[in-house]
Amino acid sequence: MFSLKSITDSIQVWLSANLGATGALIAQCVIVILLAIALFAVLGLVLVLMERKVAARMQVRLGPNRVGPWGSMQTAADTLKLIVKEGLTPDGADKFLFNLAPYIVMIVAMLLLAPIAYANNFQIWDINIGVLYVTAVSSLGVIGILMAGWASNNNYSLLGAMRSGAQIVSYELSAGLAILTIVVLTGSLQISEIVQSQADGWWIFKGHIPAIIAFIIFIIAVTAETNRAPFDLAEAESELTAGFHTEYSGMKFALFFLAEYINIFIVCAIGATLFLGGWMPLHIGNWQAFNHIMDYIPSSVWFFGKVFFLIFLIMWFRWTFPRLRVDQLLNLEWKYLLPISLFNLLLVTMIAILGWHF
Amino acid sequence: MFIKDYISDVYKAAKSLLTGMKTTGYYFTHPKEIVTEQYPDNRDTLKMAERFRGEVIMPHDENNEHACTGCTACELACPNATIKVITKFDISPEGKKKKALDTFVYHLELCTMCGLCVEACPTSAIKMGNNFEHSVFDRSKLLKTLNNEGSKIREGVE
Repeated sequence: MFSLKSITDSIQVWLSANLGATGALIAQCVIVILLAIALFAVLGLVLVLMERKVAARMQVRLGPNRVGPWGSMQTAADTLKLIVKEGLTPDGADKFLFNLAPYIVMIVAMLLLAPIAYANNFQIWDINIGVLYVTAVSSLGVIGILMAGWASNNNYSLLGAMRSGAQIVSYELSAGLAILTIVVLTGSLQISEIVQSQADGWWIFKGHIPAIIAFIIFIIAVTAETNRAPFDLAEAESELTAGFHTEYSGMKFALFFLAEYINIFIVCAIGATLFLGGWMPLHIGNWQAFNHIMDYIPSSVWFFGKVFFLIFLIMWFRWTFPRLRVDQLLNLEWKYLLPISLFNLLLVTMIAILGWHF
Repeated sequence: MFIKDYISDVYKAAKSLLTGMKTTGYYFTHPKEIVTEQYPDNRDTLKMAERFRGEVIMPHDENNEHACTGCTACELACPNATIKVITKFDISPEGKKKKALDTFVYHLELCTMCGLCVEACPTSAIKMGNNFEHSVFDRSKLLKTLNNEGSKIREGVE
């Protein structure tokens, strides 16, 4: 199977030969930072454009089609506009927290890029508690949102932030339990090991119906965690103007917007890693010939293909379902998703102990 | 009983959500359903709907004749005084005086395109046109005379 390991290894060797151990480490950090920022920028542009195009097609419209071929430069033009605009800080706002909040949201999104395996042997930080790290850090994002809502000195912002808090705290449970079902099946929290365990088939196929239920619960819960429709109570245009980022403008608003899309990418990447095999090509048991053909498709193509499929699924939800009321939102979590996922976890544990999975 | 209701709730929810997703999915995969008109670009081929109400027009036939008798029913029907019908008296060859249309004044800037005048007209002399490009630089250009210069009432219209 094609691997980026040779390239990364040769860079490592070249750097340590020329710069010494410390210099090589610093140079590698710089390279990783540049790559992460580049991924951020590209993802922001691509995902916003994709969202607008998907939305248009589902609403029987054309979508952006004026700037560049098929409107492909539209988001670049929007970004340019946002950079040039003034980042206003309201008079009554808590200036320090107000300006800090977008960076906290951004930093959390950036931290989450670390443990994700983008391709075969291509991972920033293969930590042995990768999944735990992701679930722990992703819940820090709500601090940034609460900070933004509180510091804005605006009723709408505070209401949006509080709703977002309630929502993320409750949906984290079922997202965590859905993740746990796969951890139970793999017996490891390390992302690379989870991917390796799917070399003979993805967990969504190997884990029978409980894995599919866990996958559905995971998708619902992460849609809620990223504050997207139908769970976009935190922004709820019709009620709260824009929720926690009502008072933000210019680049500070753009950071929130970008962080939202990066968070979608990250949760979809986690979903793809856990349930759809990450960068692992579609392998079916012992079909050697079939598996071999699938190996010819590069692992990064597999990874991004799966991630974008999940992102499309989440966009499909957004442009189909109406927004839930706050009581319906909490009902769904505490009366339906949580009991079902607890029962499902029990079932998966039984399957794992008895070795019924493939 | 509780468990049964619970499961049926979940089943119905999933079913109705999937029905919605099927509809949007159909639209996503069928670009021919797109209804957007790229207006200034497709100006030459733009087809307005038959019932679109853009302005009041008075059709004239090839002999420069219209069907307006000058009865002022449209003027009375108009809710915001958009129409002013100025009448005159034609002298017929037999020496009889007959009421006829002199000028049909139409204030486009006041018109709400409600179409009540068209409904009120007993001889179908006026109808709603499809043109919607009414922007002008001077408000006085919106004051229109609907009957053509030298036009007269069609023979046989009473």
